[in-house]
Amino acid sequence: MSGPTLIALMLSLPFLGALLISLSGRAVAVRDGIVLLVPLVLLAVVLQLPSPVLVGDRPELVLVEMMPGLSLSFTAEPLGVLFACVASLLWPIASLYSIGYLRGNNEQHQTRFHACFALAIGGAMGVALAGNLVTLFAAYELLTLSTYPLVAHKGNETAIRGARTYLGVLLLTSIGFLLPAILWTWAVAGTVEFTPGGMLAGKLDDGLMGLLLLLYVYGIGKSALMPVHRWLPAAMVAPTPVSALLHAVAVVKAGVLTVLKVVVYVFGTEVLTGLAASDWVFWIAASTILIASSIALRQDNLKRRLAYSTISQLSYVVMGAFILAPLSLLGAALHIAAHAFGKITLFFAAGSIYTASHKTEISQLDGIGWKMPWTMTAFTIGALSMIGIPPAAGFLSKWYLLLGAWQAEHLAALAVITLSTLLNAAYFTPIIYAAWFKPAVDDSRHGEAPVAIVLALSLTALLTLLLFFLPDLPLALAQAIPGVGS
Amino acid sequence: MTLFEHLPVLVVIIPLLAAPLCVLLDRPVLAWLAALLASWATFAATIGLVAQTASGETISYYLGGWAPPWGIEYRIDTLAAYVLLIVSGIAAVVMLAARTSVAKEIPADRAARFYAALMLAMAGLMGIVATGDAFNVFVFLEISSLSTYALISMGRDRRALYAAFQYLVMGTIGATFILIGIGFLYMMTGTLNMADLAARLPAVSNAATISAAFAFLTVGIGLKLALFPLHLWLPNAYAYAPSMVSVFLAATATKVAVYLMLRFVFTVFGHEFSLEQMALHYVLLPLAVVAILSASLVAVFQQDLKRMLAYSSVAQIGYILLGLALMSPEGVTAALLHVFNHALMKGALFMALAAVMWRVGSVQLTDLAGLGRYMPWTLGAFVIGALSLIGVPLTAGFVSKWYLVTAAIDAGWWWLIPVIAVGSLLAVIYVWRVVEVVWFRPPNPALVDQREAPLSLLGPTWALALANLYFGIHADLTTGTAETAVASLLGGLR
Repeated sequence: MSGPTLIALMLSLPFLGALLISLSGRAVAVRDGIVLLVPLVLLAVVLQLPSPVLVGDRPELVLVEMMPGLSLSFTAEPLGVLFACVASLLWPIASLYSIGYLRGNNEQHQTRFHACFALAIGGAMGVALAGNLVTLFAAYELLTLSTYPLVAHKGNETAIRGARTYLGVLLLTSIGFLLPAILWTWAVAGTVEFTPGGMLAGKLDDGLMGLLLLLYVYGIGKSALMPVHRWLPAAMVAPTPVSALLHAVAVVKAGVLTVLKVVVYVFGTEVLTGLAASDWVFWIAASTILIASSIALRQDNLKRRLAYSTISQLSYVVMGAFILAPLSLLGAALHIAAHAFGKITLFFAAGSIYTASHKTEISQLDGIGWKMPWTMTAFTIGALSMIGIPPAAGFLSKWYLLLGAWQAEHLAALAVITLSTLLNAAYFTPIIYAAWFKPAVDDSRHGEAPVAIVLALSLTALLTLLLFFLPDLPLALAQAIPGVGS
Repeated sequence: MTLFEHLPVLVVIIPLLAAPLCVLLDRPVLAWLAALLASWATFAATIGLVAQTASGETISYYLGGWAPPWGIEYRIDTLAAYVLLIVSGIAAVVMLAARTSVAKEIPADRAARFYAALMLAMAGLMGIVATGDAFNVFVFLEISSLSTYALISMGRDRRALYAAFQYLVMGTIGATFILIGIGFLYMMTGTLNMADLAARLPAVSNAATISAAFAFLTVGIGLKLALFPLHLWLPNAYAYAPSMVSVFLAATATKVAVYLMLRFVFTVFGHEFSLEQMALHYVLLPLAVVAILSASLVAVFQQDLKRMLAYSSVAQIGYILLGLALMSPEGVTAALLHVFNHALMKGALFMALAAVMWRVGSVQLTDLAGLGRYMPWTLGAFVIGALSLIGVPLTAGFVSKWYLVTAAIDAGWWWLIPVIAVGSLLAVIYVWRVVEVVWFRPPNPALVDQREAPLSLLGPTWALALANLYFGIHADLTTGTAETAVASLLGGLR
């Protein structure tokens, strides 16, 4: 298939899926069949994209010219393809998990859930492939709006309040900062098309350029830089599959991907290198890493601890980009993939524990490893990846981040990464220790979660290990990013 | 072929004649049929006018063959055709839904008169836009206003009477001001034809009488378009009017007033007088900003959804005036775009509420908890309209906001960006309250047996909702027309 056809399929399949799911809502078996099938078809489509992109093709699809000079257009470039691969690889697994989870917990509104989930993936594909800032913004907002019903899913007071914070923060930042930033870019550069090397060189003086950069960085609320991170813990009221795929992979990665795209295609690394504001963003990301890790340390609720861990891991990507060394940018791009596999495993495990035993707090997990060996083994692998210990994927991206920091002789970055690794270890190892080595205090009798759940989390754990041993494809894609070089 | 030449007057005559016909037929169904046919015929005629003026031509039509300045001239340029299209298009869609809604809300013995009044209101609004004669403007203004007062008073709620009375008082003051303004102009120039006025005014523009005429006209038109702080009649009028009247008024009446403002400011007085001598933009700008912020804030606290949308309209008019106040071609283009797009979004939203009213009999937020489960299509259309109101990309609302912000940046007025952003965020708050209650709250027990609205209401609602998406994606249609209209309207500016 040709590149534009692939792009058209990638964009339309999730929406088609949402439509089919809505229509087959009454026939539960058929619906769940579609829920499993559509992601697999999408995966088959997406996996054909890397090979043309790696040989230098940039397939493009212009859907419609909205206004003079402004079109709804999509381009497959390495960064977006990397993200699309990660998201579409994890979607089938998450679908399998969702079916098990929703059935296991007797959740209401399952059809609405699956349909919105598919829409959200459509939004993520849009963000991945967006060829200009306006298309990106449209997809970004679609992602926000389609995930709202998923966060508010339970419909009780807590869920609605959490969803309100979620939507409030994300829309406040995107309408308040991101959209003005895009309009400003349009006004000074006369274009919003992504251009390798950036479109702003020499268009603004340093002070205004810095302000624009800050508007972008804080406008992209999905990347959860402090202090606009509050939506992420709030989103944890959602059912666990949502937290797993959307709030550890699709939504947050769409956020950091947007940051990377802005760095690479709007400003260009050369413009940023001389900019004082780049340093500020570096420090904002660095402090987010450390502060979020310290907060994670004090959370007893498992999902909240994972949420704060996500906030800190996301800032690795932002910080990696703003070290402004080629290798650290490579590490940042790789971290999108590496963190995704590890974190989704951790969330899957948290949901598995909840489904099997209805436990949500870390202090209740003593000795649970022996009751749920598969779940906790997977959890352990995920945690190792977060800390960055081989043979888990997290080591890989951290390695390149460190190399980049070394290359740029950025001592602060080295210190932050080291300190943060210690903090990661400090909040994950106690869980692992308690699960395997502490005696169980309660005598509740429960075994593993349903098969669908266990299968899903075993698969993602396996992928976390596989990525360490077979990093060729993501590495090759990351090396093709403009500014990374080879 | 001869009929084709008469299009400029036909778009006024058809609804004007349909009104007495409705009264004569005196049966709800027959009257509705007459009004339906008339509105669609008018819509078709308007499309003919739009086609003729699409690339900037002006059609001049002499009523009764009397050449101006003795006779009355009808003058259709791109701008006029654009506004005529909004009015007749919305009327045509409203008429599709009217039968179902009116049968429920208006007693059968008054239905024929209701349609007659609606046709008169439409004829008046079309006339204001079509005519090129200042006094004729006043006549049509009165026709539309008087019929509107009658329409509002037909609301089921007794408060509708008070709302109509309030509007009557305010509207009459406005109309009187406009008449005084026109009178002053006639006194100084001896003509009522707008093109003629435009030619003669520069010679006498230093006279205080002309300044006074300008002031009277501005305030008078400001009352009709609900310019903050002259908007106090609007929330009650929209909230208590019958549902179909709310749709029609919200989408058209204030738009026509905006047209009138443009016509007088740019065509009759000319931008040199209006802007340089009278500095109108310095008056409009602060009022527009206050309207956007305060009316949006008030909307957040409304429990009655029609009232909420009414306050939102005041805020949206603020955006339109903000575009005008920028006084650049880009700004006026943005204003015109928002005139069109706002008609679409408010049309869709009020139409969805009409369907809710038809089923549930209430548009109080507290009564509607969990309604999304029973009326998913109606409320789905409401969500699309709401997204457009916020200005989410791929909806019509995004296009107008994009143009407005770009115009503000071009004019160097950076501080307007936060104003527009805050306005949009307040819109998020007031519409998302509704989304949250209807989709995610447990259902109100009183709603248990509700079903989806009938197709006659659902169809028009979705037609308007889809139009919001269509013109959000294919914006080149509207932006092209708006730019052509602006080019001929203020060719001399910049």
